[in-house]
Amino acid sequence: MKKTTVAYYPGCSAVGTSVEYEKSTRAVCDALGIQLEEIQDWSCCGSSPAHTVNHILSAALSGRNLALAGSMGHDTVATPCPSCLINLRTSARKIEDPKLCHKVNALLEDPCENPVEPKSVLQVIVEDYGVDEVARLIRKPLNGLKVVCYYGCIMTRPPELMRFDDPENPMAMDDLMEAAGAEVLPFPLKVECCGASSGIPRKDIVMRLSGKLLHAAEECGADAIVSACPLCQMNLDLRQSQIRKEGYISKPIPVFYFTQLLGTALGVDKRSLRFDKLVVSPKRCLEKISG
Amino acid sequence: MRIGVFICHCGSNIAATVDCPGVAEAAKMLPNVVFASDTMYACSEPGQEGITDAIREHNLDGVVVASCSPRMHEPTFRKAVERAGLNRYMLEMANIREHVSWIGKDVELNTNKSIELVAMAAAKLSQNTPLTPNRFDVNKRVLVIGGGVAGIQAALDCADGGLDVILVERESSIGGKMAKLDKTFPTIDCSSCILGPKMVDVALHPKITLYTASEIDKVEGYVGNYNVKIKRKATYVDWDKCTGCGACMEKCPSKKAVDHFNEEVAPTTAINIPFPQAIPKKASIDAESCIKLIKGKCGVCAKVCPTGAINYEQEDTFLTEEVGGIIAATGYDLFDHTVYGQYGAGRYPDVITSMQYERLLNASGPTGGHIKRPSDGKEPKRIVFVQCVGSRDPSVGRPYCSGFCCMYTAKQAILTRDHIPDSQAYVFYMDIRAPGKLYDEFTRRAQEQYGVQYLRGRVSQIYQLGDSIVVRGADTLAGDQVEITADLVVLAVGAEASKGASNLAEKLRISYDSYGFFMEKHMKLGPVETNTAGVYLAGSCQGPKDIPASVAQGSAAAAKVLGLFSKDQLESDPQTAAVKQPRCIGCMKCVRTCPYGAINEIEDRFGNPKADVIATICQGCGLCTSTCPQGAIQLSHFTDNQILAEVNALCPPFMDESFE
Amino acid sequence: MNTINDSDMDFVREVEERSGQKVARCYQCGNCTAGCPYNFAYDIPVNKLMRYIQSGKRDKALESKAVWLCGSCQSCTTRCPNNIDVCRVMDVLRHMARESGKKSERKVRLFADTFLESVEKHGRVYEAGMMAKFAAQSGNVLGDLDLAPMVLAKHKLKFRPHPIRKRKAVEDIFKRFRENGHK
Repeated sequence: MKKTTVAYYPGCSAVGTSVEYEKSTRAVCDALGIQLEEIQDWSCCGSSPAHTVNHILSAALSGRNLALAGSMGHDTVATPCPSCLINLRTSARKIEDPKLCHKVNALLEDPCENPVEPKSVLQVIVEDYGVDEVARLIRKPLNGLKVVCYYGCIMTRPPELMRFDDPENPMAMDDLMEAAGAEVLPFPLKVECCGASSGIPRKDIVMRLSGKLLHAAEECGADAIVSACPLCQMNLDLRQSQIRKEGYISKPIPVFYFTQLLGTALGVDKRSLRFDKLVVSPKRCLEKISG
Repeated sequence: MRIGVFICHCGSNIAATVDCPGVAEAAKMLPNVVFASDTMYACSEPGQEGITDAIREHNLDGVVVASCSPRMHEPTFRKAVERAGLNRYMLEMANIREHVSWIGKDVELNTNKSIELVAMAAAKLSQNTPLTPNRFDVNKRVLVIGGGVAGIQAALDCADGGLDVILVERESSIGGKMAKLDKTFPTIDCSSCILGPKMVDVALHPKITLYTASEIDKVEGYVGNYNVKIKRKATYVDWDKCTGCGACMEKCPSKKAVDHFNEEVAPTTAINIPFPQAIPKKASIDAESCIKLIKGKCGVCAKVCPTGAINYEQEDTFLTEEVGGIIAATGYDLFDHTVYGQYGAGRYPDVITSMQYERLLNASGPTGGHIKRPSDGKEPKRIVFVQCVGSRDPSVGRPYCSGFCCMYTAKQAILTRDHIPDSQAYVFYMDIRAPGKLYDEFTRRAQEQYGVQYLRGRVSQIYQLGDSIVVRGADTLAGDQVEITADLVVLAVGAEASKGASNLAEKLRISYDSYGFFMEKHMKLGPVETNTAGVYLAGSCQGPKDIPASVAQGSAAAAKVLGLFSKDQLESDPQTAAVKQPRCIGCMKCVRTCPYGAINEIEDRFGNPKADVIATICQGCGLCTSTCPQGAIQLSHFTDNQILAEVNALCPPFMDESFE
Repeated sequence: MNTINDSDMDFVREVEERSGQKVARCYQCGNCTAGCPYNFAYDIPVNKLMRYIQSGKRDKALESKAVWLCGSCQSCTTRCPNNIDVCRVMDVLRHMARESGKKSERKVRLFADTFLESVEKHGRVYEAGMMAKFAAQSGNVLGDLDLAPMVLAKHKLKFRPHPIRKRKAVEDIFKRFRENGHK
């Protein structure tokens, strides 16, 4: 078993609406031997609202966490949330830019120099740890569960900033799920936006955008959707009943976090994967997995 | 020595920022200068007369003209001094336009620099010696590389002009891209019908020797005397025996060979004749799919061939041809659209290229001219054409416009309605480029007569959902997003340099641009010449172009070659290197440095090794001169003494001070 | 009528400087509009907003609803043939719209504001508190009431804020930001 240690930035949803992602991420990393050292007293990165108000404010909110991560002695900080990731990476770029560095640090109590490299947990598993290594540890393959992998709009885009996988047809999650024994179906809308944070102020946008995604997943014949983003998962899962009323899909389709399915395949204790938190019942899928 | 200096005003081009009379006055002070004047336009008739008159009146031995770049008028002034009885190499130019007046506005600085440049030119001229060009024979045979429509036209025009022509084509048949087309715009002429007769003419012309399935291996020599090594690739069929009957194709069991001619729309047999009108109509075996060649089993074609033409032992052969001129007409290739991840990166079978669609439209194509969806063979009713795929797109490294896609898309959209009357075609475009005769009318016809829906907007994404293809585009004129569920999508891929173009360019010693298109001598005034004497260009190898332009360039290149060969002998440039044998120590560093292989090792009459320059190959680059530790090899007209004279004219005070 | 005299070229310069993008590179191909998932909700499509910037139409650009609704999904930036970071330009327009005090898409603006207020107060966003405040201020109380049973049953929201220890450090970031003036 390969041993890796990274700094860890959970993000605000991890302690709120996506607790199951947080728990299953920790369970999977534990099983793989990836040590997650949580940043002490981390604060919110600002998410979408901050960068729509001002880019320097947004960079500073993320920068505080980069500074904290830097003092931990690791060269990577992993986060499960793509929104946190894009903010951390954007902030790191600004701090590396001699023209902008002082503007960002002027807002911080402890300035940040030489920011660590932010990566997604998915990226750490696939790139640093390796799918082949993961495959070796699979104990309970997913028994051909038909899934489509949905990456969300910002995990791999824009490519010059995110530097991970492919911006149009990423395969990282697909490869992991295949190694875990699922039947991964090709999905044409892997990086199409679900509506992000418009849910509360403009529900109609999420209805349409997430509706389109669910409809496509149904057309592909998937048993379930696999996700790597707390906001995407919430839009597709929590709001699925609202979307179904609009007529986008004919039957429910569960939305898992990839760490929940990967954890199952690794033989992790099911209770730590928090399937109970999923709104659309995963019962049928879980039955199919256990055969 | 008696030097005359002439300072040109070039109207206000030079005179606006340089005090020309002042420079002339200063020039009079220079050593060896006995006459100096300024003139309005030195290159004009009165200007040149002023120079020739002055040569006669003042008994001048040499002339300095301070004016524009030598690239503009060196030949002009050389001829002028020659008319007045001087050797043409007793002329030096000082560039006070491109190097002085066109780069700064300060009159004092510019005048000062002009005087310095004139001083340098006069110093060099004082060291110049008359040079006499040699004459050499011209071999009046021409090599045409590439058997597409441009190469075919060039070959026919040269042959009709009385020259022997060697036509070398990489594929097993001539015809190029034009042979793949179904119909041509704007007349909707059948492509094979108009190209076919020309192809047959090439095959039958007594003065044309045709080598297909052949490539250029090596080019040695110089203008008028090229020695070309040609590789004839193994086709595993003896073409002297093959009659093109096609019996082998009928019986070949290996049916999964890549069909390049049909743009990989469908596989073909391992032994095949690419298309019915192929010239020459001979079979070739694709070694990668032939069961006999891979595993040693089968051999059916050999059994059914009525003339016993199959030869599995055949190898590549080489032959040499000697020619005096070369025309490169190697055409283009199509952009690989799989870099567009947003269009599916080639994963969707019903998203095809324009050339693949052309093969579907063509009656001699794999579907017999019936438009069928590659995925299920059904007839599509809704077809979307996407323009500018790999053109006008800096993000994929193709910022240029390919020039013919708007036209061929309109043609394909019109033909679609002819083939499938109840179909509807959509075209997503950014602009319509239709500059030729009847071109714009043709694109209007597509919209007005054939009901093709033209939508101005790029396509952001193409994906497959279920059986259909979803195209997400925009109609910017209406301000809308447009999503079309299509049965078939045709990508109008752009043109790029032919594969291997840069390798051929290096063999021919011609330049190419960052895209691999061959560089013409002058973008405006020299489109079919190169900077290498004896090598000409025709067709899309010089830049994407349509058929009439390719044909025109084929004829133009032929005219250049015929002009080149109008004399029996050519003059060689005397600005070549020469070895002073007594000084040469035989180290051969120059031999190793020469990029053209123009220097040989010989023995002097005592048997000592000495370097010897083959003047006709030497291109006058001067690398040998700067390499030689003894100064034994010198480039005429750019000798060490001549160049040092320029340096000394510019730097005497510094030279004195530096040794203090 | 749109006369050339209405064009504010300082607007062009400001947008270019703040976004680091050269808007003259945009040749209005419509690729951004074609792939924009939010376009259906916009009053002005993305490429038209770019056109307004190019022609210096400050008011038309800053008064649009579109700049508020953009989800920053990066589709436009990723696919632009001229490598323009359109997403960043949209963000800059949003900043400038905020600064200009122009009214538009109140609920979206309010959501961002309540979110950041929560971050400023607790160091992390306290989701329940933020949603309550938003509901109160937007008048949108019934909007997602149907989701309430599931949210409660699954304990998706914590009903007590959990400020970080050094929440003042985060508060100070906001304070310094306001003092320095934006930019």
